[in-house]
Amino acid sequence: MKEKQSFEDDIKRLQKIVEELSAGKLTLGESLKKYEEGIRLAQSCSAALNEAQRKVELLMKKDGKFSLEKFDDTSLKEEA
Amino acid sequence: MLRYPRKPMHPKKNNSTRRIYTVSEITQDIKLILENTFGGVWVEGEISNFRVAGSGHFYFSLKDQTAILAAAMFSRANKDIKFKIEDGLKVICFGKIDVYPPRGQYQLIVERIEPKGIGAQQLAFEQLKNRLFKEGLFDPAHKKVLALMPFRLGIVTSSAGAAIRDILQILKKGAPCIDVVIRSVRVQGESAAGEIAWAVEDFNAFKRVDVIIISRGGGSVEDLWSFNEEAVARAIYNSKIPTISAVGHQINITLSDLVADVFVETPSAAAKIIVDKKNALLAELDGYRYRLTSYVSEIIHGLGNNLVALKHMLKSPQDRLLEKQQLCDEINERLTHDMQHYLNIIKEKTASLIERLGALSPLAVLSRGYSLSMLLPEGTIIKDAARLRLGDKIKTVLGKGSFIGSVEEVIKDKGKGGSLE
Repeated sequence: MKEKQSFEDDIKRLQKIVEELSAGKLTLGESLKKYEEGIRLAQSCSAALNEAQRKVELLMKKDGKFSLEKFDDTSLKEEA
Repeated sequence: MLRYPRKPMHPKKNNSTRRIYTVSEITQDIKLILENTFGGVWVEGEISNFRVAGSGHFYFSLKDQTAILAAAMFSRANKDIKFKIEDGLKVICFGKIDVYPPRGQYQLIVERIEPKGIGAQQLAFEQLKNRLFKEGLFDPAHKKVLALMPFRLGIVTSSAGAAIRDILQILKKGAPCIDVVIRSVRVQGESAAGEIAWAVEDFNAFKRVDVIIISRGGGSVEDLWSFNEEAVARAIYNSKIPTISAVGHQINITLSDLVADVFVETPSAAAKIIVDKKNALLAELDGYRYRLTSYVSEIIHGLGNNLVALKHMLKSPQDRLLEKQQLCDEINERLTHDMQHYLNIIKEKTASLIERLGALSPLAVLSRGYSLSMLLPEGTIIKDAARLRLGDKIKTVLGKGSFIGSVEEVIKDKGKGGSLE
């Protein structure tokens, strides 16, 4: 799963690349490099959003220590 | 229950018509009459001059347009009041009239008090809301912005309730990339508020969630009341992690709604925020991809055009040679034309000069009778007879024709020029 922070950093970087390219002041070589990086970022961000491996857990606290337990949500399917 | 004194208790018989009380006696009688008559009464009025004594007792007056009634509410009775008593508040009080002999005053000893026209709970809510508002708990400036994409959701609700079911269903369908951590709490009843507040604090200690949803399904005002408690409002306010309040149905607005960074009307709506965020981001990313591709193809297209233009500008040596030749031809042509023109001018000038020369020709003189002699064979013109020898052949040119002769005699003339005689 992608972390929120790295995701936000990637989006910011991508936005910057789009801006730089749109300004049209780069050489062909630089443009192609940025283009490649931008497409790669866009793809990895989209992939993170399209990921389908979610976890549902219960946060438990015992003696001030946290633990996560699997939450059984199969019963939820009935009304789906 | 009411007992009226049938007769004065301690009459002092002065004479048969006058009955004289001491102050204590009359006060005691008044006390008995009042306290027995008004031992348990409801009184409606407006609070004024409210004050809390150091003992915790409340002292105030109840008044209406024409009268005023002193009132006291002892700490034992007032400790469970949920709302705040203040001047101007219209209330209904239950209690008994009490006479205080040392001051000769009567007052209402209040056992129960409730606001008039509005439920005590509602009033308490309004008052708390007002207080928290003044404290800045609802200040928009304090509200935190949700993460661009909260991949880890913390949810404070009952793990057995309708809210969690709604939220998980929507996320499963619309945003299965989201991980969910549930902190299960009671969402109604006495201990609910405390549990909700702790759960929010727990998530802040746990840290590994990007947003906290505080939620429960719809219910009566009483069912949702825990979300109106001060502890919940403060826990949400103090949360470092952004919060979404999603309590009940459309009609209820709770304090947790007012304090939270984002407030939606139902648990489903909270989940939809996340799904919408995801879909908006996906669309945005598509947009970026499209723009990136179109920029680069624009650049390449532009460079292609430049290349064509440059090729155009770049001439082969053959072309340059032809160009120079053409230039030479042009210059040549111009030169020829100019030369011809110049020659014509010279020709004209020469013709006129020849004409003028004709006038000056010696031949013209000959026609007037002069002759010209030349020594042959050289053809030199004879100007001095001394140069001649006998027998020299001479040619003499006349105005018309010429003849050849030989020298018979040479006559040297000393004078300048020959004599014609």
